[in-house]
Amino acid sequence: MSLEHYELHVNGTLYKVATHPMARLLDVLRYELQLTGTKEGCGEGECGACSVLLNGELVNSCLVPVAQADGAEIETVEGLGADERLHAVQRAFLECGGAQCGMCTPGMLVASAHLLKKNPRPDLAEIREGLNGNLCRCTGYMRIFEAVERAVSGADEVRG
Amino acid sequence: MGEEKIVGKPVLRKEGVAKVRGRAQYVDDLTLPGMLHGATVRSSIARGRILGIEFGAGIPWEEFVIVTATDIPGANEIALINHDWPCLAGEAVNHPEEAILLLAHPDRHLLPKAVAAVRVTYEEWPAVFSIEESERRDPIVWGEDNIFKAFLMEKGDVDAVWSQADHIIEGEYTTGAQEHLYIENNGAIAVYSADDGLTVWGSLQCPFYVHKSLVKMTGLPEEKVRIVQVETGGAFGGKEDYPSMIGAHAALLAMKSGKPVKIIYDRAEDMAATTKRHPSRIRHRTAVTREGKLLGAEIEIALDGGAYSTLSSTVLSRATIHAGGAYFWPNIRVRSKAFATNYPPYGAFRGFGAPQSLFAIERHMDHIAEELGIAPDELRRRNFLQPGQETTTGQRIQEDINLDQLMGRALAESDYHAKRERFARENTGPGMKKKGIGLAAFLHGSGFTGSGERYLNSLAAMDVTTEGKARVLVSSTEFGQGTNTILCQIAAESLGVDYDAVEMGPPDTSVVPNTGPTVASRTSMVVGKLVHSAGVGLKKTLVASGLLREAYTTEDFVTAARTYVAQYGALRSESRYEAPPGVHWDDQKYRGEAYAAYAWAVYVAEVTVDLATCGVNVDDFVAVQEVGRVLNPVLATGQIEGGVAQGIGWALYEKVMWNRGRMQNNQMTNYIIPTSQDIPPIRVFFEERPFGHGAYGAKGIGELPMDGPAPAILNAIAHATGRQFDSVPLLPEDIFRQIAVREPEREVVAL
Repeated sequence: MSLEHYELHVNGTLYKVATHPMARLLDVLRYELQLTGTKEGCGEGECGACSVLLNGELVNSCLVPVAQADGAEIETVEGLGADERLHAVQRAFLECGGAQCGMCTPGMLVASAHLLKKNPRPDLAEIREGLNGNLCRCTGYMRIFEAVERAVSGADEVRG
Repeated sequence: MGEEKIVGKPVLRKEGVAKVRGRAQYVDDLTLPGMLHGATVRSSIARGRILGIEFGAGIPWEEFVIVTATDIPGANEIALINHDWPCLAGEAVNHPEEAILLLAHPDRHLLPKAVAAVRVTYEEWPAVFSIEESERRDPIVWGEDNIFKAFLMEKGDVDAVWSQADHIIEGEYTTGAQEHLYIENNGAIAVYSADDGLTVWGSLQCPFYVHKSLVKMTGLPEEKVRIVQVETGGAFGGKEDYPSMIGAHAALLAMKSGKPVKIIYDRAEDMAATTKRHPSRIRHRTAVTREGKLLGAEIEIALDGGAYSTLSSTVLSRATIHAGGAYFWPNIRVRSKAFATNYPPYGAFRGFGAPQSLFAIERHMDHIAEELGIAPDELRRRNFLQPGQETTTGQRIQEDINLDQLMGRALAESDYHAKRERFARENTGPGMKKKGIGLAAFLHGSGFTGSGERYLNSLAAMDVTTEGKARVLVSSTEFGQGTNTILCQIAAESLGVDYDAVEMGPPDTSVVPNTGPTVASRTSMVVGKLVHSAGVGLKKTLVASGLLREAYTTEDFVTAARTYVAQYGALRSESRYEAPPGVHWDDQKYRGEAYAAYAWAVYVAEVTVDLATCGVNVDDFVAVQEVGRVLNPVLATGQIEGGVAQGIGWALYEKVMWNRGRMQNNQMTNYIIPTSQDIPPIRVFFEERPFGHGAYGAKGIGELPMDGPAPAILNAIAHATGRQFDSVPLLPEDIFRQIAVREPEREVVAL
């Protein structure tokens, strides 16, 4: 199979990759670009551990052939905040115990940040619905819900 | 209690920033130069003799590294308790998905095709797919009688109680297999050279278990085998036994090829091939007075152990000891057996036999209550263990327990009595949605059973780095439950320094001492205590050296530690396990102090059952427990909530579908775990009663929350529907079947 050339804008950086058109975006991120923050949990779009934003839409990167992502803007967990300035959801996950083993965490954070962007003041039912594509086996979700709620109120404080 | 500055506080998870930044490195995130990828050829049948292995056309086989059982340099065995679990099948297979042959190649995309191109031919033998078939020895598939282990535990004179009983109540309870479904699948990387020996990095709970197993399998000297745990994405017991298998496979391929080899299972392989929770069948026969006083019990436990013995004997032991629940039994006899079948071996899973036993006793208590016309909470109150009474193993309760108080709090927080009465009234109406509320009261032993902690003889250490930071050196591992954080809190508290001045040493068998496995709810209580002592020792040495005054700040400590290391080369303090006084255990008679301490709990579940769909929704969940001192309230709450969610999954969603020993629904698409929309509010409450022999009063916590949800939920479903269901998982089709069969007119409505 011949290699094709693709351009991906990941977290604001342009990457050029040569790979098979049907290579999974997840594998390109992890193994070609060494962005291993995005995780594989099931490989069939059920668990959401591989969640990324593709042109602003939340997708399971295990189900996206790289050919579909050519020229796209992609945001992964590595693009959320920085060590010295964590994103509000990262800070809240840390404080509320939203991350235990950490495998669902990158996808859960991307999904949470996406939810808050679409709906800055979700109620609990909206948080539950917004995260229903991301499975967590450690927390029972309670700490995650609390973290998203805290990220909302934290953002309110910043807005003053 | 309460004087501590760090223990008891919600300090942030030690590796938390790395996890929320996506920077934590799990095994599949690691790549070594020249690394090959490994894959496994597995049995397609349940039991039989291997006649031949053919390598099909179209695959460049000369490029592959191929390993069979004949390549194993040492013992063909995964070393656990017995010696029956092979690393690779030799002449015969005993379950579907048993590993037969290993392949490695630089291109991981080629591997699935290669695995599919290997054709194994068999002479198929009859196999056993149920506890009943195994009991009938139809046929014998393991040893002389299909029995991995049997226990008989007796207290008092059970045979004398039946004639005194006002009521004799019998019941049979069954539970199904459960998949751990950690979000990170099993994986390992191995590197070997004759000079440096073997190193395995893996997603695992117990570095020294893997070490022991690989020393035996490779025949290498102990110091030539090094096991390193990397960040581990969930385990729940599922990475207690199996990493010795996948680690051995990666090691064999690395030893044969001379190159690094990585094996990562995909979800389908992980679910089909790795261990699961033991299915159970438990029978109760109880003698009781009309006032609800328990006189005696005969309990018969049968576990399905799968094809090899793995940890089944210890799972059975915990199931046996927990069989009587949180009650005082003047007379009791528990007979238990773990049977061989031809399913993939069952293994450790959070709770380790106790959830099965506690499901049975807590459903049975509701049956007794129903027959006697006594409220379920009242029946339990009349029989709760009290301080000074003896458990079923003859262990006198020394702890200052108060189960009445736990029960009272759980009932108050859940508004149990008012709801019990209101739901019963409203359920008589014509609506299809019926509501119910149910409870479960239970206990969970902390640490290894019986003499287990003595045999482990755990050693923990602390040292200081050249920068003067204190380091915790233990083989206890972090896999989400909070080991790093809790042990650093304990260490910092014992040293009298800030939390940030303490770090964890690497979970690497060449660096840390053997603190035992990270299992059995033992880390906070047992290992924590050792870390505390090591910390005290470190501090004493520094003070005695004159480099540190009696009163000091964190900065003083760091300076003194740095100076000490510069002057003397190293500063290290060790602490070895000593059993708390009065802990004695008789392995033969199964009598004595089964556990140094127990955690206690009362859980209440509120459900809605929709008679039109037979779907069950858990609407509210109250979890009240006494786990000694809570060392970190955020982590502890997270442990309880996560365990309750797994318990809800076990009760209502998670059904392994089998076909001749092979899992059919080995996908997240059709093996269903609770999502964010399935989980009720889980309201967690702690009664803190510090335990004198645990670190800062801690007892075990991790497994406890797995025990209560299933019986509480099924008790609530019984309340809602007036029907008795005694089996988990309980799916809508199971409810439908019973309703349809017993009440034909309702079947029409339901259809």
